[in-house]
Amino acid sequence: MIESHATAHEVHGHPALQHHFENMEQQREAGTLGMWIFLVTEIMFFGGMFLAYTLYRSFYPAAFASASNHLDITLGAVNTGVLILSSFTMALAVYFTQIGKQRPQILCLVLTLVLGLTFLGIKAVEYHDKYEDRLIPGHLIPGRSFGPEVAHEGDHDPHKLHLLPGATVRQVELFYWIYFAMTGMHALHMVIGAGLLTFLIIYSAKGRYDPEYHSPVEVIGLYWHFVDIVWIFLFPLLYLLGRHMEHG
Amino acid sequence: MQGWIPLIPESASTFSWKVDALYFYLSGVTLFFTLLISATLIFFIIRYRRRTPYEIPRPVAGSHKLETVWTIIPFVIAMTFFGWGAVVYFEQYKPPQNAIEVYVVGKQWMWKLQHATGQREINQLHVPVGRKVKLIMTSEDVIHDVFIPAFRTKADAVPGRYTVLWFEATKAGTYHLFCAEYCGMNHSGMVGSVIVMEPRDFDNWLSGNTGTATPAAAGQQLYQTLGCASCHGANGEGGRGPTLAGLFGRQTPLASGGSVIADEAYLRESIINPQAKLVAGFGPIMPTFQGQVSEDQLVQLLAFIKSLQVSSGSGALPATAASPSPAAAPAQAPSPTRNIR
Amino acid sequence: MKPIESFELPAPSKVNYMNAQYGLKSWLLTKDHKRIALLYLGSITFFFFIGGIYALLIRLELLTPQGDFLASTTYNKVFTQHGIIMIFFFLIPSIPATLGNFLIPMMIGAKDLAFPRINLLSWYIYLLGGVITIYALLAGGVDTGWTFYTPFSTTFSNSYVVATGVGIFINGFSSILTGLNFIVTIHTMRAPGMTWFRMPLFCWSHYATSLIMILGTPVIAITVLLLAFERVARVGIFDPALGGDPVLFQHLFWFYSHPAVYIMVLPAMGVVSELIANFSRKNIFGYSFVAFSSLAIAVFGFLVWGHHLFVTPQSVYAGMIFSFLSFAVAIPSAIKVFNWTATLYKSSISYDTPMLYGLGFIGLFTVGGMTGLFLASLAVDVHVSDTYFIVAHFHYIMVGGALMAYLGGLHYWWPKITGRLYPEGWGRFGALVIYVGFNLTFLPQFVAGYLGMPRRYHAYPPEFQVFNVLSTAGASILGFGMLIPAVYFVWSMRYGKHAEANPWHLPGLEWRTQSPPPTENFETTPIVTWDAYEFAPREETEVVGKFSGHEEPA
Repeated sequence: MIESHATAHEVHGHPALQHHFENMEQQREAGTLGMWIFLVTEIMFFGGMFLAYTLYRSFYPAAFASASNHLDITLGAVNTGVLILSSFTMALAVYFTQIGKQRPQILCLVLTLVLGLTFLGIKAVEYHDKYEDRLIPGHLIPGRSFGPEVAHEGDHDPHKLHLLPGATVRQVELFYWIYFAMTGMHALHMVIGAGLLTFLIIYSAKGRYDPEYHSPVEVIGLYWHFVDIVWIFLFPLLYLLGRHMEHG
Repeated sequence: MQGWIPLIPESASTFSWKVDALYFYLSGVTLFFTLLISATLIFFIIRYRRRTPYEIPRPVAGSHKLETVWTIIPFVIAMTFFGWGAVVYFEQYKPPQNAIEVYVVGKQWMWKLQHATGQREINQLHVPVGRKVKLIMTSEDVIHDVFIPAFRTKADAVPGRYTVLWFEATKAGTYHLFCAEYCGMNHSGMVGSVIVMEPRDFDNWLSGNTGTATPAAAGQQLYQTLGCASCHGANGEGGRGPTLAGLFGRQTPLASGGSVIADEAYLRESIINPQAKLVAGFGPIMPTFQGQVSEDQLVQLLAFIKSLQVSSGSGALPATAASPSPAAAPAQAPSPTRNIR
Repeated sequence: MKPIESFELPAPSKVNYMNAQYGLKSWLLTKDHKRIALLYLGSITFFFFIGGIYALLIRLELLTPQGDFLASTTYNKVFTQHGIIMIFFFLIPSIPATLGNFLIPMMIGAKDLAFPRINLLSWYIYLLGGVITIYALLAGGVDTGWTFYTPFSTTFSNSYVVATGVGIFINGFSSILTGLNFIVTIHTMRAPGMTWFRMPLFCWSHYATSLIMILGTPVIAITVLLLAFERVARVGIFDPALGGDPVLFQHLFWFYSHPAVYIMVLPAMGVVSELIANFSRKNIFGYSFVAFSSLAIAVFGFLVWGHHLFVTPQSVYAGMIFSFLSFAVAIPSAIKVFNWTATLYKSSISYDTPMLYGLGFIGLFTVGGMTGLFLASLAVDVHVSDTYFIVAHFHYIMVGGALMAYLGGLHYWWPKITGRLYPEGWGRFGALVIYVGFNLTFLPQFVAGYLGMPRRYHAYPPEFQVFNVLSTAGASILGFGMLIPAVYFVWSMRYGKHAEANPWHLPGLEWRTQSPPPTENFETTPIVTWDAYEFAPREETEVVGKFSGHEEPA
């Protein structure tokens, strides 16, 4: 039998309570679960690309090692540090929101955003270097199709590609195809994350979040950590192959 | 097609009756259960139709015993389907020894076939009754599929690799050959026939169709003109490049560590992309022939390399499948020996 | 005495979700799951008719062995587009986006789905994908087959592969968002007392479907993306001429596309559970087995994709593993059929149109499922792969199964959704015509397939003609049969009898509010103290008791 129950009309609750939820707890639970499930779909999405990477690395190990060796490990490592630090500042932002300290919260969010933009800036530098060295695959850049200069024996020009025995330029192009697809997709997610952070900063400044209601901060924090984790997998798989080889 | 039973095609290979037997078993069992379920449903629908507008039947929660029974029994039956199917499948797809080899190259929208004895055919395949025939197939462009309903077998012909289909025909006649993987505009036109002949008729057909070199002979020509001999030796004895004589089917150590069996796929890849699986002890100096040889020519080179043997004639070294007919051996063909593989 | 109606019904009000607000903006910017369901209903029906026209063109061409009606490239585009539209723009969204969207919140006692704006977004994404695909069709079409096998699709096809791929890619996100919404809703928004095992099986099956949607759809998204990039940028992932592997494409494609068929059929099974229970006034026999079988199908469905690759260079050992698993995935479906049948034992069956569709589903799905066993059996599959046997098999499941369940669900919940009754006599007639037409269309195709008629053939050897003529005759009847509900549903919106809150006299939560429902579904949030399909108080063993004074559950 249907019995009477306090309706949402009678208890207005928190101003951020959406009308179809019974209470803030339910809303928070739904939002968090929703973000976790979304992240699972992202794992499946990136997973397809990781599968392609795994397969072609096993087919063409020498080419992948040569190409990976040619990436700038310094920039990649700095970017890794930047992202890990940004995850730390993001976690701090969530913490400060939970204890209601608005100024440190906003500061940490801003720091996270700055670090994220730094990451993207360094990525832009890397991409530009690839453009200079004619490593953009296929004919994506009209008039500048894939065609790196191959270094010969004894040539240590960092702009030239050293091919290990068994590697061909065509296979290296496949590596760069996967490199740009994966880091590009990752960068797209970073850009979206930067946008979300901007919203968070603006709303935080308006005092929208407090210890009772801050699930957007938590949920976007989850997203940010996920994007960080994807990079933590990408970095060794893309940058650290064949580093024991002599060629730089 | 079949006489008065329009339900199954003619049965013309050694395993087509096996597939049919499994099919009839499947049909019988599934038909039985389908009828059983349908009859039960119809009975219930009539017997338990609503008689008064507001009647409520007694609720029943379920029965674990019944659930177990109708899980276990279908599973067991399904396992018989699986087992029988797997056994026949293994036979359908395990390439036999001592088979006549025919190289098949599919392209939009025709089939090019070449017997190891040299006869070339377009969209037709002549084979004798009672001999195992092995089709070594590839495609020049998109994925095709050789489907011979009367033999109850099919396999994809995939560009960039070789696939194998085999059969042994049991009845003379002409049977459909269909392309069974959608391949573009004229997919439905990519049909042909398999013409199975009594052995004597087949011999006559073979002798009436000589004049073309065997694939191995044509391959030898290519081997010379493309310059393979300069590194691999005129008879595959090796030099700056690895030895080819006796290579086919042998375990080969690679420069990157590990080893690989030198099968058709390996040989083809090494011509197209020589650095992919570099042989241990050799440098990456072989140029690629991608774009310079067609699929037909690759097949011919393959046939030639397969025919090369170490001159000492030691055992366990493969040679080309011996042609069964005496008449067709052109002068250039390597001397056929028994297939030891 | 009418036991089921002795619970309190809200006083009927003139205001419901359909007339609460007027104007285009109130529909196009709605957050109400019920309005969104109707938006989907309209667009899905539109795509269904486009796909149906393509089907009729196919059957017309195949009346004669020669390719004399359509040019071969046109025919190739027609069957490709029939597949793409029907699968991605009709079957996959149909039940979840219309019936699921409408009913899941009501069945669990909630006011809406967890994320109403994401629900609306999913419809717009669906439309965007649809518009792009329609553009591709109008601009010249696509002729690769809905399976897009490489290297034909990457290198050899001169049709609008990339545009279609983009349309499908975008449409995938609609599916993902719907699945996400359903999972979160079912986890977090059930009314007090609505435990997992009191939920209608319709919810269980949509939950299982949503798991597949969120796990599988991203994979087809990345596959289609890689395909499009390869076609544009000419880098070899799938094209062997560029060093790629065409069989890799098939693995990636079928990794999603096999679970996709369970996205199409699991919601249908959920509908059938509702139809069987409610139109026989009996709880589903083996409720928890049916619930868990949905989850089992969702999980196992991810493990069997290789059965689409038995005739490819996939290893024979992999083939055996996939064959074994394909038999395993058939068992939970069989369990459902047995449980539905057992439900009917000593029940009280009415012959209303929804029940006819539900019973039709059981019969036709059984045939489709049994023929699936033929295909799981390796040796037979080698012979019938890429023939009309396959075509007949999947149409039995998709049309004989999913479509019939969809129609059954539409009829069943039509009074709730629209507040109107459809004409019952015409309903039964339509069901009969569809059933007869369907069987005549597809039964002969099994025979043609085993005889060796390949699929996707525009012209065929004359000995197959008799089967094709029968099939086309059936298709005409089927096409006519589809028009019947189309006409009377539209008719009923204006002229149908007004429906009361609970016209079928059923205990489900969705029937305990008016028809059509108010925007917030329930006047007050229900507290649930009864099981799904509880027609009589649990203590009573005999018929016809008063429903009042129900005790708290033990």
